Amino acid sequence: MAKISIPDYALVVLIGSTGSGKSSFARKHFLETEIVSSDHCRALVSDDETDLAATGDAFDLLNYTASIRLKRRLMTVIDATSVKREDRAKLVQLARKYHALPVALVLDIDTKICHERNQQRPNRDFGEHVPRNHAKALRRGLRGLRKEGFRQVQIMKSPEEVDALDISREPLWTDNRTDHGPFDIIGDIHGCFDELTELLGDLGYQIDPFETDAEDLIRARHLEGRRAFFVGDITDRGPRNLDALRLVMGMCDEGSGHCVVGNHDFKLNKWLKGRSVMQTHGLDLTVAELEQTSDAFRKQAADFIWNLRSHAWLADGKLVIAHAGLKEEMHGRGSGHVRNFAMFGETTGEVDEFGLPVRLEWARDYRGKADVVFGHTPMAEAEWLNHTMCIDTGCVFGGKLTALRWPERETLSVKAKAQYAVPAKPLDADQSLSAQQDHDRLLYFDDYATKMRIETRFKSTLQIPEENALAALEVMSRFAVDPRWLIYLPPTMAACPTATEGPFLEHPDQAMDHYASRGVTDIVVEEKHMGSRALLVIAKNAEAAQTRFGVEDGKAGVIFTRTGRPFFKDESMEAAVVARVGTAMQTSGLWDALETDWVLLDAELMPWSAKAQDLLKRQYLPTVAAAKSSASALLAAISQAGDIDGLDALKTQTEARLSNASLMGQTIDGYCWAADSIEDYRIAPFHILATEGQVHGEKPHTWHMETLTKLADADPILQTTGWKQIDLNNVEDREAVVAWWMAHTDKGGEGLVFKPNAFTQRGEKGLIQPAMKVRGRDYLRIIYGPDYDLPENIDRLRQRGLGRKFSLAEREFKLGFEGLHRFVEALPLSKVHECALAVLALESEPVDPRL
Amino acid sequence: MQIEITLTALPSAEYSATDLGFLLHKHPDHLHTRGTSAGDVTIFFTEKSQERTTAVLHLDVDPVGLVRGKNQQSDGLLAQYVNDRPYVASSFLSVALARAFAQSMAGKSKDRQALADQALPFEVRIVPLALSGDLDLVERLFAPLGYTVTVQEDDYVVALQVRATIRLADMLNHLYVLIPVLDNFKHYYVSEEEIDKLLAKGEGWLADHPDKELITRRALKHRRSLMNLALARLEEGMTRENEDEETPKLKPEEQLEQPLRLHALRLDTVAEVLKQNKVSSVLDLGCGEGKLIARLIKERGIDRIVGVDPSVRTLEAAHRKLRLHQAGDAMASRISLQMGSLTYGDRRWQGFDAATLVEVIEHIEPHRLSALVLSLFADARPKIVVMTTPNREYNALFEGLKDGKLRHPDHRFEWTRAEFESWATGVAEEHGYSVSFAPVGPVDDTRGGPSQMAIFNQEGAQ
Repeated sequence: MAKISIPDYALVVLIGSTGSGKSSFARKHFLETEIVSSDHCRALVSDDETDLAATGDAFDLLNYTASIRLKRRLMTVIDATSVKREDRAKLVQLARKYHALPVALVLDIDTKICHERNQQRPNRDFGEHVPRNHAKALRRGLRGLRKEGFRQVQIMKSPEEVDALDISREPLWTDNRTDHGPFDIIGDIHGCFDELTELLGDLGYQIDPFETDAEDLIRARHLEGRRAFFVGDITDRGPRNLDALRLVMGMCDEGSGHCVVGNHDFKLNKWLKGRSVMQTHGLDLTVAELEQTSDAFRKQAADFIWNLRSHAWLADGKLVIAHAGLKEEMHGRGSGHVRNFAMFGETTGEVDEFGLPVRLEWARDYRGKADVVFGHTPMAEAEWLNHTMCIDTGCVFGGKLTALRWPERETLSVKAKAQYAVPAKPLDADQSLSAQQDHDRLLYFDDYATKMRIETRFKSTLQIPEENALAALEVMSRFAVDPRWLIYLPPTMAACPTATEGPFLEHPDQAMDHYASRGVTDIVVEEKHMGSRALLVIAKNAEAAQTRFGVEDGKAGVIFTRTGRPFFKDESMEAAVVARVGTAMQTSGLWDALETDWVLLDAELMPWSAKAQDLLKRQYLPTVAAAKSSASALLAAISQAGDIDGLDALKTQTEARLSNASLMGQTIDGYCWAADSIEDYRIAPFHILATEGQVHGEKPHTWHMETLTKLADADPILQTTGWKQIDLNNVEDREAVVAWWMAHTDKGGEGLVFKPNAFTQRGEKGLIQPAMKVRGRDYLRIIYGPDYDLPENIDRLRQRGLGRKFSLAEREFKLGFEGLHRFVEALPLSKVHECALAVLALESEPVDPRL
Repeated sequence: MQIEITLTALPSAEYSATDLGFLLHKHPDHLHTRGTSAGDVTIFFTEKSQERTTAVLHLDVDPVGLVRGKNQQSDGLLAQYVNDRPYVASSFLSVALARAFAQSMAGKSKDRQALADQALPFEVRIVPLALSGDLDLVERLFAPLGYTVTVQEDDYVVALQVRATIRLADMLNHLYVLIPVLDNFKHYYVSEEEIDKLLAKGEGWLADHPDKELITRRALKHRRSLMNLALARLEEGMTRENEDEETPKLKPEEQLEQPLRLHALRLDTVAEVLKQNKVSSVLDLGCGEGKLIARLIKERGIDRIVGVDPSVRTLEAAHRKLRLHQAGDAMASRISLQMGSLTYGDRRWQGFDAATLVEVIEHIEPHRLSALVLSLFADARPKIVVMTTPNREYNALFEGLKDGKLRHPDHRFEWTRAEFESWATGVAEEHGYSVSFAPVGPVDDTRGGPSQMAIFNQEGAQ
């Protein structure tokens, strides 16, 4: 019984005349969904699988279906006669386009048998000449199948051979997705053996004793089982090419190391095999060393290089290692093109002013999720760019040899002990922006103008419909601050469940019950200031801002609103506030305590009138005035009218309304004052959202409040926030909070905010609401109208649906923190920006704005 | 809000002021209440003497119902917020008047028909009044109808008092029509029936009112076709074009520049530059409603035009105006519109001969211009870029533009010629373009043209 093994990602082309048994063969070995059959396609486009007039359209469909499957890296089997060379050529081309190996399985069956079979099947009553012509065509091409591009060919000459074939599937050579590391990925060695051993030592590898001037393999291994992964270019240009080769070969042999093939290795292999190659670019040095070795060693080295893979697809597809990098559509695939790309990168054929090939910047457009680590092009520093990193730091040119620890994503370098070769192009070390920051000066509209799916680390993937994304993009591009500053937009906050009776629409009891019923009892309650939400990004100075944020506007910080607009129209006022807060960070010692030179603060900025002047004039103040005037006029008329039955009741009611309107007016007045100078502003920060290397969303609110108190003490424009930590199991705590709320709101305070002390608290059904506001009775007049709490109104207002608001608050919270984590992890700005954009997009969902 | 109607009588008069009760069909000693679709109406009398009798109609609009009910107006979610609607005299009051005084408005009185047919000295006070516009408007509307007008304004509140010797029914009809006109708002959907209502209540006076156009426009809530229909019926034989539904309101910038026909001139100039350069593909960045595209459509040799704008609404308008919904395949493949932003890069912008930015850059925050430059000159790299922007020096020559003000509220800056030229030269040098400048519009010797144009040519491009 013949056995063959084919890759689990391949384009399998069945070749055989009609009646040769292709379809039953296909069904035996492949899933029905893997088979793309011309008969089936013909039926789909014409309702008749034998309608030859539909053949053209049927093959269009066949090609299209096969393309999509291949694009998705799925095994694809073509069940058509494919006896003609030109038909097969199209399929081979398709396989190449998607970097799948083309496999030919030929059913070369006696024409008579085919004809008999056709006779027994309905709708196949064509004459014997049809299979005979097929067979003729088939045999003509049989020999040339490999030349046509098929990488594997299996010919079956009888029904017995067809029945006997056993097909197994194996992962592609490059598919190492089950290998999760951890790895130490090491850049181009180029014979820098001393630096290599030092780096391996620093990484914790133990190298067995060895002799120089020998040719046995040098062995080494990591004490904790980590493995080295070399990106290729082991030799050339450097001083100890042979030893470098011995060590890499030794580690690969033992399994403590792996290697992908580099262009220099490829060329060395050619020389080892006795082909003529130009001994340039330092190959002469390697050759000089290897000429001293035995034939056996050279054979061993040749085999070693021959067996190196083009790239490795690792860790569930999260990591790709290739010498010159690899585009996303090539990961874990195989073709000559993939191999060339992996070794040489993509070039246009042009050369630059240094005589080096002009490289297309594939990494710039890379949007894949897998980390792609590569070497090949010497750089001054190893830096992330869109999840890719070049770790060739030009050791042989006097730079350094760099390793990337993965999955830790940390780099470690050893300086070159000498400059062994002169680079054609100087290693560019003088750059004020990192490669990523330079790239991030421009974000791409077409990355966002689509239905967005954002995976968060809160175990949920959030979807943003395209129309909301577009709305957000419009707002963003017209009004928002520079996206490099806009690392976060705050979530909306849920209002507490509605009080069911009494004169209150909102009451602390409901918020406390909400949390208690979810088992959350450690609560921090904070005073809610009535101003405008402000996000403050503050850096130590403009240089620190440029280094961390990649901005070029010379600012040391910005202040923006909850929709990302500049808070201050006047840039000098913004700069002054930024400077004051920066100084407060300094004098309070927080820069040092938080080990950072930038901070993102979440704050309320007062007075309300500073930002809401227009709204006040257009909406709130006219309403108060009209309500007062309307009630006063009626009262005046009533007092003039004298004694009419029923007027007394109207009088009482109208007096209540006048009082409500006045209360609304007083409440508003309390939030307004002239802000002519910086001293008139009050900024009350309540979250330290992030600092260098840290997102503080898992720190308890007690920490935030205590830390921010220190900050507020440093400058009078900073205001502390009243707060209490309470235990919901404790009745006294609960009563005390209710009393505090009553007192606070009676004095015109907006209300209190209840938060799980843990900040980010997960419950049985997912995230617990991170915050809940309980607004005061008079404050709510601004929201629901002066007379909202009259009995005839309040009972109707209790019918408010909170579900959407809760859901929105939860989703925006997740997106906000996802974005911050991404920023702190130094992911590409495009990934940070999508979170801010998504928060803005969600804000365009219709939700009762009074909640 | 309330309306107070006072009837006065001289001692010599043949009637008593207390007859107001008969005229309004309301007993002066009672409290009258009734529910209407606009809210609860309460009517009572504050004075009941021979010489002077006053009836008060107070309307109590339900603020919660206003938000929850079907009457929500279309100004988006703000309608859910607190506003002055429940408290000011508006179309709600008109509805209440028509319900509470239906007989009186029809000129009928069961017991005093002779008085109802007669002009009598009335005073009316409305407080608080919603007024959209200057205080003069009240005078303009009421004085031609024979009223003496007193207006009191105090801290966001207007109280209106009018006085005239007039038939009660006429007065009520005037008020019915004019209260919402003062407010410039209606709480209900205005349909064609509204014309009939307007003409019925306006019978005998509206046709001769000097401000009938304003009244009709506001009463029909700016629906232009309805307004024209109504005016046509007012002035028989007079025909007007049936224009767009929306009021064609000139944008502030257009208003300033209109005498110069500047915008048309700008577009013609840019189109001419493209024609001279024989470009075959054009990317119109900030295409707005497609005015430049409309000019380019007719040009032979331009086989690809893409208009880009950040606003979906604007693009929809462009789609309509360019009649792309009726376009055949050939035209559709030549012209397309896409949403895009000038402060983001866009891979779809590669490979164009020309990019145009007509009066666009001044809408971008100065600190975001660097993103536009990167996107356009470093990334998309069209062979030619044509850009126009206002010349700030010229602003002094515009009448009606205050010193130091910009031409449009959304302009983030306006540049002098020197500023524009220095910026554009820097951009060109950095990105391998050459640049030349030209004024657009009538040139003033010292201040230059009202608009300025820069033409960037990629060096080495054909």
